[in-house]
Amino acid sequence: MIPPLAIKGIKDGLLITLGDGDWPEVAAGLMARLEETPDFFKGAKVILQIGSRVLGAADLGHLRDQLSDREIVLWAVLSDSGTTQTAAQSLGLEIALPQPPELEPTIDPEERGDEAMFVRRTLRSGRAVHHPGHVIVVGDVNAGAEIVAGGDVVVWGKVRGVVHAGANGDENAIICALDLAPTQLRIAGHIAISPERKGQPTPEVARIRDGRIVAEPWGK
Amino acid sequence: MPATVVTITSGKGGVGKTTATANIGVALAAGGQRVVCLDADIGLRNLDVVMGLENRIVYDLVDVVEGRCRLKQALIKDKRLPDLHLIPAAQTRDKSAVSPTDMVRLADELRPDFDWIIIDSPAGIERGFRNAIAPADRVLIITNPEVSAVRDADRIIGLIEAEEKGPAELILNRVRADMVKRGDMLGTADVLEVLAIELIGLVPEDENIVVASNRGAPAALDGNSRAGQAFRNIARRLNGEDVPFMNLDESKGFFERLARLVRPGG
Ligand SMILES: Nc1ncnc2c1ncn2[C@@H]1O[C@H](COP(=O)(O)OP(=O)(O)OP(=O)(O)O)[C@@H](O)[C@H]1O
Ligand SMILES: [Mg+2]
Repeated sequence: MIPPLAIKGIKDGLLITLGDGDWPEVAAGLMARLEETPDFFKGAKVILQIGSRVLGAADLGHLRDQLSDREIVLWAVLSDSGTTQTAAQSLGLEIALPQPPELEPTIDPEERGDEAMFVRRTLRSGRAVHHPGHVIVVGDVNAGAEIVAGGDVVVWGKVRGVVHAGANGDENAIICALDLAPTQLRIAGHIAISPERKGQPTPEVARIRDGRIVAEPWGK
Repeated sequence: MPATVVTITSGKGGVGKTTATANIGVALAAGGQRVVCLDADIGLRNLDVVMGLENRIVYDLVDVVEGRCRLKQALIKDKRLPDLHLIPAAQTRDKSAVSPTDMVRLADELRPDFDWIIIDSPAGIERGFRNAIAPADRVLIITNPEVSAVRDADRIIGLIEAEEKGPAELILNRVRADMVKRGDMLGTADVLEVLAIELIGLVPEDENIVVASNRGAPAALDGNSRAGQAFRNIARRLNGEDVPFMNLDESKGFFERLARLVRPGG
């Protein structure tokens, strides 16, 4: 039987809480779980919650290598054991999560918006963001990066990669960027390749008009 | 002070990682700092050839990791510079013989005895790359002014940011002013606009590099080599000196554009 473990997405990464049991079995159980859906975990940043278990640097180092082989980064180890904390620190791992100040959400009921995914960094080549709702990026979307959103996509920066808005078929979806020079744009089922830009970049919005994607200067 | 670990990596192969490792190592050691260059390109070792130390190899990195010898036994002393050392890669093994944790442990064992540990990374984004960056305090990304090399460098920078090893610094290698001028090559400003990391070196295309590599005498030893000068400048910048970038005779106003584009962390 695979020992119980819980996996949860949190702000800082993927929180994996390991259950009780012999360490070799628990670690093997974790690997088995990761093997089930390797693509889902690829590139993940993992925070491991291991309770009061006492682990040395050798065990933690071995675990990190195993995760690294699966392209998963072990970023933090949360534990009540001082020995484990020291071992984790010696490997350069975090032992606590940064605590942001709590903010009470105050939403004016007449100004309800939609949920969106907010990405505050440049998406570099090889990175992909897939989200069922809207996606907002403060940063660039470089060539070789990809955004696929069920709703709209707003980029406060340059778009050089591939952006797909309305990926579930919403023909009203839009794509806005400060500088729109993508490898390819898609809205719902339509595809466009951007023409060579002449002159200075200006903020643009792309939408479907008369059955094809057009990009227009923002505010016109 | 314990050593700073600098890993030189690229994504795309053949852009100059090994050349840069040897030359920066030479330049730092020529300034009297204690340097060890570590070849992490297991199975494709060639740092020893470029440094001219191939015939002195007895033990290698994998021998150390697997306990067949002590670390000191695998350290090869350079024949010209007393402060320069090499730990060669194994030629007959593959990258899985070493893990990121092995590399962290090895670097920690070396740190007290050196000022700089320079790691030559293999190309790619696989295990070998992860081994090479695991112990890094600073990561230097090297690229050529070509679209495909820049794309791969961008990918690598993303991976390094994800591992929180950043901010990486950039070496642009094999720059040819004549081609940039004709518009046949990406200019420095074009590359920096995409990669948005700090520039630490601008190295011209220089046939001395090939000659020097074949002779096993890195160009940084040669006072007349332009590329050698560029690598000596990188060594000084690693030491925190503010050294102006060599004028590779790009278009006018180049330095102004550079000053505008190179922002720390930007
Ligand atoms: N500035 C330069 N001018 C001319 N030739 C250069 C320059 N830099 C590197 N070279 C040449 O380019 C080739 C590749 O360089 P090098 O072996 O350092 O690349 P690498 O990134 O280590 O390759 P690999 O990915 O295979 O390890 C060599 O033949 C080298 O001599
Ligand atoms: Mg090499």
